[in-house]
Amino acid sequence: MPLNRKYIPIVVTILLFIVMFTAGSFRYTGFFSLQVLMNLLVDNAFLLITAVGMSFVILSGGIDLSVGSVIALSTMVSASLVQQQGWPPAVVIPLVLLMGAVFGTVMGAIIHYFAIQPFIVTLAGMFLARGLCYVISIDTITIDNAFYTAMAQTRIPLPGGSFLSISAVIAILVVAAAIFTAHYTRFGRNVYALGGSEQSALLMGLPVARTKVLVYTLSGLCSALAGVVFTFYMLSGYGLHAVGFELDTIAAVVIGGTLLTGGVGYVLGTFFGVLIQGVIQTIISFEGTLSSWWTKIVIGLLLFIFILLQRVLSSRRLTLKE
Amino acid sequence: MSVVMKHHLFWPLCVLAALLLFNLCYSPDFFSITVHDGHLYGSLIDILNFGAPLILVAIGMTLVVATKGIDLSVGSIVAISGAIACLSISRGADQNSMGLILTSVLLAAGLSLMLGAWNGLLVSMAGIQPIIATLILMVAGRGIAQLITGGQIITVTSTKYAYIGSGSLAALPFSIFVVALVLGIALLLTRRTALGLFIESVGCNPAASKMSGIRAHLVILAVYVFCGLCAGIAGLLLSSNVSSADGNNAGLWYELDAILAVVIGGTSLNGGRFYLTGTVIGALIIQTLTTTIYMIGVPPEITLVVKACVVLAVCLIQSDTFRAAVAARWKSRHYPAEKEMSRHAS
Repeated sequence: MPLNRKYIPIVVTILLFIVMFTAGSFRYTGFFSLQVLMNLLVDNAFLLITAVGMSFVILSGGIDLSVGSVIALSTMVSASLVQQQGWPPAVVIPLVLLMGAVFGTVMGAIIHYFAIQPFIVTLAGMFLARGLCYVISIDTITIDNAFYTAMAQTRIPLPGGSFLSISAVIAILVVAAAIFTAHYTRFGRNVYALGGSEQSALLMGLPVARTKVLVYTLSGLCSALAGVVFTFYMLSGYGLHAVGFELDTIAAVVIGGTLLTGGVGYVLGTFFGVLIQGVIQTIISFEGTLSSWWTKIVIGLLLFIFILLQRVLSSRRLTLKE
Repeated sequence: MSVVMKHHLFWPLCVLAALLLFNLCYSPDFFSITVHDGHLYGSLIDILNFGAPLILVAIGMTLVVATKGIDLSVGSIVAISGAIACLSISRGADQNSMGLILTSVLLAAGLSLMLGAWNGLLVSMAGIQPIIATLILMVAGRGIAQLITGGQIITVTSTKYAYIGSGSLAALPFSIFVVALVLGIALLLTRRTALGLFIESVGCNPAASKMSGIRAHLVILAVYVFCGLCAGIAGLLLSSNVSSADGNNAGLWYELDAILAVVIGGTSLNGGRFYLTGTVIGALIIQTLTTTIYMIGVPPEITLVVKACVVLAVCLIQSDTFRAAVAARWKSRHYPAEKEMSRHAS
């Protein structure tokens, strides 16, 4: 069956996920259950939400290194406002989301209007957000607000005795919304066009400035939302939350088959990229004797394989580009 | 005056001077250097000594950036190099035997060379974007470092190994001599031979360089190998200074600081031009900034906010559009690298 070249990376990602999950099921008793599958979503909800925002940034040909820090800042702001100032969560959560979006917008505007590389601007954003966390407090702020604990503990029962958390449901909704945005809206097409070639997009009369700034706004918003979900998960705010998270996110997007030069990839691939990272962690915890640093090595190895695969698949396209 | 102002070191040196001046005003004995047991002590010596690993990493990074690349894996290589050296020393029967120290140092240097070559091969032969190619080792490298140390902090008791990072030669910290040696070799190779020109040529346009007979692949491979080696030596300095290796935290954020130093030094991230001395000054600025923040009693956590502002300020000053928008007189000042940037940015 002739498979369109552009679908190969995403098909490989999905197959890899299935193979890993099947291998885990054969090797470990108790691995093959709906709950293990659901736990992948429950434990990685924040990664999933961040990775969705990052997918858009990478599809547009940019990169966002500030996501981990924005998550930490969101947990910190939520915790200090809810816990120390006694603000109601109904005010704090929209405020945090707004903060993330504005943070992204400012970075996007600097990137576009001053023509500075996204790498450097978001690097500065990463330092800034992480530093602001420490300005708020150096210590962990534990949250015991009733709303937050309720969000953390609520289990949504599924048939078969398994359950999902509210965070996981939020993540799934975000993924669904992102797939719709990427493939069925004008904004989504603009993002792909921008990633394919900025000059061409400009010549075609697409709103390059607006799209570029919006992409970073979206990423900031997603990171802040991930931060809120992370607060539900950890029930605390801490400046060292989610250190090195930007790399996990980029890795998830790459393993999901999105080309880092921009313009090629699917949000659904990112979804499976996150699940693959989750499966690796689950397998390592089932194995018991392996230490957690194997996760990093395996993810590095997978990154390598996927990048080479993409390189081979897109070699014709790239030579044309050059 | 305008000739002085147009020199690429003018602004970095101004910033450094301003920082030092501020320190002098704040604590008058900042510049005082005392002799104690035949060693020199003082804030300036500390800045040089503690800044040594960063300067080394940044020197390697400068050459990589000059070829339009970037090496994110330096922090991980720092951790791996320190880990392997400390592991091999701690396994030895006599930790102070010269042979053991030499073997361990060579082992660490060899391993970092190999890691650098891995990055170089991915970039030059496989043709992967540098930021992605080195991302692999950045992610996996921390895992490898933890694997080597077994997730523990390995402590060594060797005084000979500790000498590398904290010993002193001719009353100055030994690490300064290591940095001077590496910087000297790098300057000699890039400014007294055609190698520097090759690197700049490849950074401008790899295809055109290839047409004119430069082995672009080899040049790119070489700069990554050199960068890996620099990071490896930095790892040795860092681990020997504290006589221990921490796979988790050694060299954390070094890649970012190194890139920051390179950018402050006036080297454009678009490749094609590089200033090794500028980078050294950039690294010194970062180290002085950190020391200053510690000294004036601001919580050290604020360092990150200050660094963020510095990065942004430096980048904005480098941006043509920004300068045109803010002040017309800034237009008269140009780093050669910026002309390069605007040419590529079209």
